[in-house]
Amino acid sequence: MKNSYPARENWRRLKNKIILGIITLLALIPTLPLFLILFQLLHKGLSSLSIDFFLHLPAPPGEPGGGIANAICGTLIIVGLATLIGVPISIMAGIYLSEYGKESKLAHAVRISADVLQGVPSIVIGIVAYAWVVRPMGHFSALSGSVALALMMIPVVVRTTEEVLKLVPDILREASLALGIPYWRTVLKVVLPTGMVGVTTGILIAIARIAGETAPLLFTAFGNQFMTLNPIEPMNALPLVIFNYATSPYEDWWQQAWGASIVLVFMVLALNILSRILARRIAGEK
Amino acid sequence: MPTPKELPKNLYRQIKYDIAFRKLATGTGIFVIILVIAAFFTLVYESWPAIKTYGLKFLWRTTWDPVTLEFGALPFLVGTLITSFLSLAIATPFALAGAIFLGELAPAKVANPVSFVIELLAGIPSVIYGLWALFYLVPLVRSFEMKIGAPPYGLGLFTASLVLAIMILPYALSVARDVISLVPQDLKEAAYGLGATRWETIRHVVLPYARSGILAGIVLALGRALGETMAVTMVIGNRSAMPQSIWDLANTMASVIANEFTEATEDLHLAALVEIGLLLFVITVIVNLVARIFIVKTKVK
Repeated sequence: MKNSYPARENWRRLKNKIILGIITLLALIPTLPLFLILFQLLHKGLSSLSIDFFLHLPAPPGEPGGGIANAICGTLIIVGLATLIGVPISIMAGIYLSEYGKESKLAHAVRISADVLQGVPSIVIGIVAYAWVVRPMGHFSALSGSVALALMMIPVVVRTTEEVLKLVPDILREASLALGIPYWRTVLKVVLPTGMVGVTTGILIAIARIAGETAPLLFTAFGNQFMTLNPIEPMNALPLVIFNYATSPYEDWWQQAWGASIVLVFMVLALNILSRILARRIAGEK
Repeated sequence: MPTPKELPKNLYRQIKYDIAFRKLATGTGIFVIILVIAAFFTLVYESWPAIKTYGLKFLWRTTWDPVTLEFGALPFLVGTLITSFLSLAIATPFALAGAIFLGELAPAKVANPVSFVIELLAGIPSVIYGLWALFYLVPLVRSFEMKIGAPPYGLGLFTASLVLAIMILPYALSVARDVISLVPQDLKEAAYGLGATRWETIRHVVLPYARSGILAGIVLALGRALGETMAVTMVIGNRSAMPQSIWDLANTMASVIANEFTEATEDLHLAALVEIGLLLFVITVIVNLVARIFIVKTKVK
């Protein structure tokens, strides 16, 4: 059968097979380092996990033992505070874009600003937060770290809020307005609740994105070997621990850096998967 | 318009609330614009001592010495350019092949879970890529350098580019795959109907259609590589002299800020670091705007 084709046809078929083979090979190679990272993370990290690791404070350099309790608390506080600062601003700006601004010039300027803010490298955001909060206060603080992270969160939540609210059918708005309910109450009581799952998804994605950020915390939250719950003091965070321990000369600390990485990766992955489950629920509702 | 007195009191109040809410929402929108503009001018203000001292010369001066207070940004500009473009050159063929594989060749049963894993990997914090690179990639590169006779630091520009390539790959891949999956089925079927092989269809129908989108993905990945800080800082070696080869220890714009910012005690040193941040800000804004143009082009089609 094959020989009944002209030689050129055979060549085309062969070329097809060769190139598709090369593409498949090229596509499979990068999975190797990615799986290596996951494997080595689990391999090195799991062995350094223990109950003490979660409950104890860091030991002095060179001494064995110690944990990362302060960094876990610190990450929760810094990220929580960033969410408190960033989310209300983002949701109001999202409401503006979808309900009032729409296609106006001002609305486009807001969208471009959000895009620009999203592209700004995190280390530069850190400098800005340093100038805005650390400099006037005179010392490093968890609050300044939260401001930096909030700045990184805003563009993500603004754009998802806008997209989600735009999907709410106009019939719902009209039904509410026809009942004599003013527009602002319609937005808060009808439009926003309808899009709430989507907005929550956006917030979770944004939190997952900022929870692992290290660069903006280097000269804002700064790090702290002791436990503190006071947001105007310097505070430790998981990414800072990983960076400081990994670049330290102590073997014991390297081990702890792997342990802290497992905790951080687990948090970020859980947030990502949760947001995906929510997103799938919206898709199912449609 | 009836005067307030003619309206029922309750309705008048609601109208006032309505106007207040609209103003609040609009004000928040304007606030987002102000944040970005204020961030830019903060950087200009903080770097003013360095801008005043060096002017444009800052861009091509090659000495960076905090002890004698001599500052020039060229070594870091070069470091950033080399690591960004080298990582892009390494990652792009794999990302493109991966996108074609997932978007065109693999059955949905394989493609969906693999895409899911890739997107999760894109979310892993960069400090963890840095940790992995420091303990696994650096020894690997060191033994490779010994074989070819380069100085066996293990750290340096090449290692940093490798980590960057691994980090931006999932990102470029998922953008390219999304665009490829947008190519209309009937166009592809028309090509098959004319007797084209699978590769010919990909080469002459899918790729031309998806070109702007794929370019946008690559440019977005470039934007990420330019500003990436932690993983690079951990493996680049932190040397502020002009790099002579890709095996050299060096610094990028982001890594020099991360390393020296908290240690800078002289005003001029701090201002010079902020000016590098300002340059980084301007460059990434331009790169992202270019990517936006490509994305708009894709949508117009």
